[in-house]
Amino acid sequence: MSAEGTSVRNSQNDAVWVRRTLTGFAVLVIVVLVIIPLVNVFAQALSEGFGTYWDNLFHDHDTFAAIKLTMIVAPTALLLNLIFGVTAAWAIAKFSFPGRTLLTALIDLPFSVSPVVAGLIFVLIFGLQGYLGPFLRRDGYSAMPYVLSLLAVALYVLLYLGLRPINPLELRGWWRHPWLATLVGGGLVFAVTFAPQIYFELWPRDTSLKIIFATPGLILATAFITFPFVARELIPVMEAIGVEEELAAVSLGANGWQVFWQITVPNIKWGLIYGIILCNARAMGEFGAVYVVSGHIAGLTDTMPLRIEKLFQEYNLPGSFAVASLLTLVALLTLLAKIGVDRAEANRIKTATEGTNELRS
Amino acid sequence: MSISIDRVYKKFGNFTALDGVSLDVPDGTLLALLGPSGSGKTTLLRIIAGLEVADSGTVISDGEDITQQSARHRKVGFVFQHYALFRHMTVAENIAYGLKVRKAPRKQIRERVDEMLHLIRLETLQNRYPAQLSGGQRQRVALARALAAQPSVLLLDEPFGALDAKVRQELRQWIRRLHDEIHVTSIFVTHDQEEAFEVADRVVVMNHARIEQIGTPQDVYSHPATAFVYQFLGNVTTFGGTVRDAWFQLGQTSTYLPVTEPVRNGPAIACVRNHDVKVYTQPNSAAPIAARITHVNAAGSVVRVELERTDDKSRIAAELCKDNGVPPLQPGATAYVELRNVRVFPSDAAPPHPSPAVDATRQPVARAVG
Repeated sequence: MSAEGTSVRNSQNDAVWVRRTLTGFAVLVIVVLVIIPLVNVFAQALSEGFGTYWDNLFHDHDTFAAIKLTMIVAPTALLLNLIFGVTAAWAIAKFSFPGRTLLTALIDLPFSVSPVVAGLIFVLIFGLQGYLGPFLRRDGYSAMPYVLSLLAVALYVLLYLGLRPINPLELRGWWRHPWLATLVGGGLVFAVTFAPQIYFELWPRDTSLKIIFATPGLILATAFITFPFVARELIPVMEAIGVEEELAAVSLGANGWQVFWQITVPNIKWGLIYGIILCNARAMGEFGAVYVVSGHIAGLTDTMPLRIEKLFQEYNLPGSFAVASLLTLVALLTLLAKIGVDRAEANRIKTATEGTNELRS
Repeated sequence: MSISIDRVYKKFGNFTALDGVSLDVPDGTLLALLGPSGSGKTTLLRIIAGLEVADSGTVISDGEDITQQSARHRKVGFVFQHYALFRHMTVAENIAYGLKVRKAPRKQIRERVDEMLHLIRLETLQNRYPAQLSGGQRQRVALARALAAQPSVLLLDEPFGALDAKVRQELRQWIRRLHDEIHVTSIFVTHDQEEAFEVADRVVVMNHARIEQIGTPQDVYSHPATAFVYQFLGNVTTFGGTVRDAWFQLGQTSTYLPVTEPVRNGPAIACVRNHDVKVYTQPNSAAPIAARITHVNAAGSVVRVELERTDDKSRIAAELCKDNGVPPLQPGATAYVELRNVRVFPSDAAPPHPSPAVDATRQPVARAVG
């Protein structure tokens, strides 16, 4: 690739001074806008020595709580987006259904909506004056056992219908009576999941369930802002690969589970890793939407970006930059991981093509 | 395993892919589904495999109705047109996959994979990835993967379509020999009549979602049941015209050909294979049609001549065998054309009832009247 690039550049035959000026300008911009601030972040963070830096990060109670909160919020949002992203990409790439174009467009919505607006949407729904807020506050936790058990029942019914053999000859026992199995089995699943929740008092009593100004709100807002990343990475990959390999696996006797883990996932692996890296970086750094739903309760609902802003407003520059240096480190690691993935991908393609060329020549 | 398809219908939106197709495939047959693109042959293959669901009709395998059975339970080996090899698995892993998902013991898998590698003569490449193989090698791996789990039927979708001419020729003969060795009931889809005739025991000619004719290659070639089959198999010139009392009138001209088949009066199509067209420089009683030579191509084993009739300007193509002495033909000159072995079909193209036993093609028929 590089050889080809060089020859193209040479063939343009631009004067030496044009090339040097353009390259110099690009380097200058990057140094002024990227390198200097980057170095400055670490310089400021360490300006009062490493001991203070360490104390600022891990012995300041509120800062440490912010780091821990981010470590909960970002991975949870990432997990939600992974499930959503793979499902959405699968649906869009492999099936045609009414509303497919609309869904594709809607996936991009969080990119085009201002994060502040996204935050406000959640306040409007779950806030104290919102549509669901008052109910959740009053009865949120008492409703939880029902919600969880009903989810379990839904999962059971889906699995039952999904795994039920189509061939009438294979229908034995439980599979032969879909209505009975759905009603009786569903009831059993409900009872089995409901009883322990009550018996062990899984959900707190006399406590109101808060979404806004609490961790669930932070997770929701972060997930909303970052949900295009995984899906956007996967859709083109899945579309390029098509369904034939999966059909081949099915005709060889693989079930849906085997097809997914043995054929689909290995094929989309790099796209998936790429999406996860980008999604995680964005989730950890998200500020706008989180700012609206957080409520800024120190030590409780401040994530790392919010903590940085708060310390900065309190003129605690070393403290502020110490947290900032952590986020910057995450960004640098993301960049490295991204380069690594790109290189692994290019390598794979290169060995594959080389092998073919060798055979053809 | 024998397969029996009964009145299968399939529509995609407004497009009818299969319009009541019935077909019996006896155990151990190597059968070709032959037809132009869009004739429904691939859809039929995918319905047999369970990769597509018929709107109505049944698929029966060894007496068992498998219409509703999912593809994974059908024990079908399917070879995709573009191979669909698992790109992240090596050749050996690809071949092993069907056995692995069926939880065969490791030792048995290893033995079977070695056996298949030997069969496709790719033992040395077993650790390569599909991207590192040539087209012909990929095709053989796809075949080995489909055969490894000992399917009761082998289905191949345009198996040679994506290969270059020489490799295609080799693979055709190889598949024929392979079938003679392992005798698994096999169905393959092709749009190339030569391929179908060379490889298959039985040929099914399809057109517009229907089956036009079923028979041995010899049968289908010698006794085409419809004008479509006649035209599809080989290079043919057709003439529109009218049948009246066992005579065929060529278009609006005053040339008549006797009709030997039982074709009722009315509009009809006469077909003649290009190698049954003879060209003379002098008029004679057997060659009543005057035509202007528009093009002569002597490259290859035959001389190809294109002519334009002087009466109604329609075109005729001829292939003249070089052995029999070709008269000197110049573009622009007038020549006289004899049509041998003409077949006449009613032009509404409805498939006639089982092809008449009369071998009309054996009788030279062209004669000028009036």
